[in-house]
Amino acid sequence: MTTATEQTVRDEDERPTPLVELDDVSKYYGNIRALEGVSLTVHAGEVSCVLGDNGAGKSTLIKIISGLHEHDAGSFRIEGEPAQLTKPRDALDRGIATVYQDLAVVPLMPVWRNFFLGSEPTVGWGPFKALDVERMRRTTREELLRMGIDLRDVDQPIGTLSGGERQCVAIARAVYFGAKVLVLDEPTAALGVKQSGVVLKYVAAARDAGLGVVLITHNPHHAYLVGDRFVLLKRGAMAGSHLRAEIDLDELTRQMAGGSELEELSHELERAPKPLHLGGEPTPD
Amino acid sequence: MTATAPAPAAGKSPADERLMRRSLARRLLGRPELGAVVGAIAVFVFFSFAADSFLRMSSFSTVLYAASTLGIMAVPVALLMIGGEFDLSAGVLVTSSALISSMFSYQMTANVWVGVLVSLLVTLGIGIFNGAMLTRTKLPSFIITLGTFLMLTGLNLGFTKLISGEVSTKTIADMEGFESAKVLFASQLTIGSVSFKVTILWWAVLVAVATWILLRTRAGNWIFAVGGNKDAARAVGVPVVKTKIGLYMGVAFAAWVSGQHLLFSFDSVQSGEGVGNELIYIVAAVIGGCLITGGYGSAIGSAFGAFIFGMTSKGIVYAEWDSDWYKFFLGAMLLLATLLNAWVRKRAEATA
Repeated sequence: MTTATEQTVRDEDERPTPLVELDDVSKYYGNIRALEGVSLTVHAGEVSCVLGDNGAGKSTLIKIISGLHEHDAGSFRIEGEPAQLTKPRDALDRGIATVYQDLAVVPLMPVWRNFFLGSEPTVGWGPFKALDVERMRRTTREELLRMGIDLRDVDQPIGTLSGGERQCVAIARAVYFGAKVLVLDEPTAALGVKQSGVVLKYVAAARDAGLGVVLITHNPHHAYLVGDRFVLLKRGAMAGSHLRAEIDLDELTRQMAGGSELEELSHELERAPKPLHLGGEPTPD
Repeated sequence: MTATAPAPAAGKSPADERLMRRSLARRLLGRPELGAVVGAIAVFVFFSFAADSFLRMSSFSTVLYAASTLGIMAVPVALLMIGGEFDLSAGVLVTSSALISSMFSYQMTANVWVGVLVSLLVTLGIGIFNGAMLTRTKLPSFIITLGTFLMLTGLNLGFTKLISGEVSTKTIADMEGFESAKVLFASQLTIGSVSFKVTILWWAVLVAVATWILLRTRAGNWIFAVGGNKDAARAVGVPVVKTKIGLYMGVAFAAWVSGQHLLFSFDSVQSGEGVGNELIYIVAAVIGGCLITGGYGSAIGSAFGAFIFGMTSKGIVYAEWDSDWYKFFLGAMLLLATLLNAWVRKRAEATA
C-alpha cells in the first residue's frame, strides 16, 4: 500500500499538465453557498469520479466545467491556462464536451441530426451552404458502429432509443468531435444493471482512446469499476479526495454513504422502541 | 393496416435485416404534412360536388389567390412554431407594415420605394424586438407577442387618425414609383385566358425557400432543435437566441411582403385591418402538421393548410351559401385535422 502511494506521488510530479484542474473553486448563488473549496484534477486517459448525495454540489461543479455557470472564486485551468468560461460554446471550443443525463438529445429529431447538432458539416458556399446530409448519415452510422452500437435506422427519432443507447450516442458524438475532456452527468442514474454496464463500457472506451473523463455519480460501485481518482462532495464542500490506490470499494462506499453518520443512524434504528401499535385505534388491553 | 412490409431483397446486402423496408404508404404516414394533404383533397372533392363553378380555372385562380395571402404568412409562422414559439402580433404587423410605407411616402412626398424600404427596416425591427424581448425576459412568447399585438393595434389606429384625420390613409396612387412597386407586390400574370396574382409566386418561393432552410441547412437543424429541446440545443452549442430572433425576423419579412401587397392592391390602407388573422396563420400551420409544443412540422404542410382555407372561403361563395358558415367550417377543420394528425403520428410511430 505504502509503495503504491509513493509510486503515485512520484508519477504525479512527472506527469504532463492536467487537462482540467480546479483548485479551491467556489460558487455562490446569492447568499447560498453552492460549492466551496473544491479541487479536481483530470488527466488524459484517466477517469476522475465525483461522488456525492443529492444536493452535494455535483451539478454545480459540472456546470462550471461545462461553461453553463462561471465560478466565483478559486482557479480553473484548462491545460495549464487559467479559464473563465461564459457559455457552453467556450467549453466545447476548448475541447470539453458534456453529456447530460436528461438533456443530451432532442427526442423528436432523427439520430443523425442529433449526432451533428451544433457542428453540422456543410457543402457549397455563401447563402447556398447546405447540410452534407449523405456524409452526416454515413458518419453517424459508422461512428456508432465503431463504438459497438449497431443502429437499425439513423433516421428514427432519437427519442425511440433506450436511455442507455441515447447516452452512448451522446458519448460517441463527443468522441467523434475530438473532445479532450468528457464530462458525464449521472450517466447510469436512470438505467438498469445491464444498460449501466453498456454505458460504463463506453466510458472505459473513451478513457482508452486517451480522453480525460469526469464521471459524476452517486453510485460508488459504478465509480470504482472505471475510476482512477475520486472526489467526494458533501453539502457543497469537499469531503475527501483519493487516488484509486489509496482506497478500496468498501471504504469508498462507507464514506459515500455518510461514514460515521450511517453508523449512528443504524444504532438509532436498532434502539428505536417497538411501536405500541401499528395504526388504527389503540386496542385497550 | 393490412399492408405488410415486403421482405428485404437478398441482393441489397448493406440493408440491415432488422430494418424492414417501409412501404411507400407507411413512409407517407410518417410525414407531418399528411393530414393537411388528406384534408385538402377532402375539401376539394366536397366543393367540387357542392358548387358547380368551383372546378373552373378562373375559380381555381381565385382560390389560389385567397390561399396565397394567408400562405405567405403561414410559412414563417409554421417555422416559428417548429422553433417552439408563437407570434400573436403577426396579423396586425401586416397592417402596420402597409401603414408605414404608405404614410412615410405620403408625408415625406418621397418616392414610394423609399417608403417601402423604410417599412422593411421598421417591420424587421419589430420582429427583432419580439425576439429580443422573448430571449431576454424568458417570458412565454404568448405574453410578449400579445403585448406587441395590443400595442401595434393601438399604434395603427392612433397614428393614422393623428396624421390623416381618418381611419384610412390617403391615396398614394399618383405618387412616383407606385406603378413599379405595384408590379412587384400586386400585379397579375395572365396564363392563357386566366390571370394569376403575383402573390401566388411569392407564396411558392417562400414555401420552397423555407423548406430548403428547414431540411437542408444548419439553421433548419437549429430551428428543430430549439423547438424540440432548447436546453439540449444550447448545451451542444446551438445559438438559441440568434435562431429565435431570426425566426421572428422571418415573420416580420413575410408581414412586410403581405403589407405591401395590401397597400399596392388598392392605394390606401384601413388602419383597423389584420386583427384576428394571426390565429388563422397559426391554424394553417397546425393543420399543416406543426406540433403546438414545437420541434415538429413542415413548411409545405402550412401551404396545404392555407390552401384548405382558400378553398373553404371561396367554395362557400361559389356554393352560394351564407359566408357566415366559413368560420364554423374552419373550426371543424382545425379539430379534424389535429385529430387526424395525432392519429396518424401514433399509427406511424407504433408500426415504424
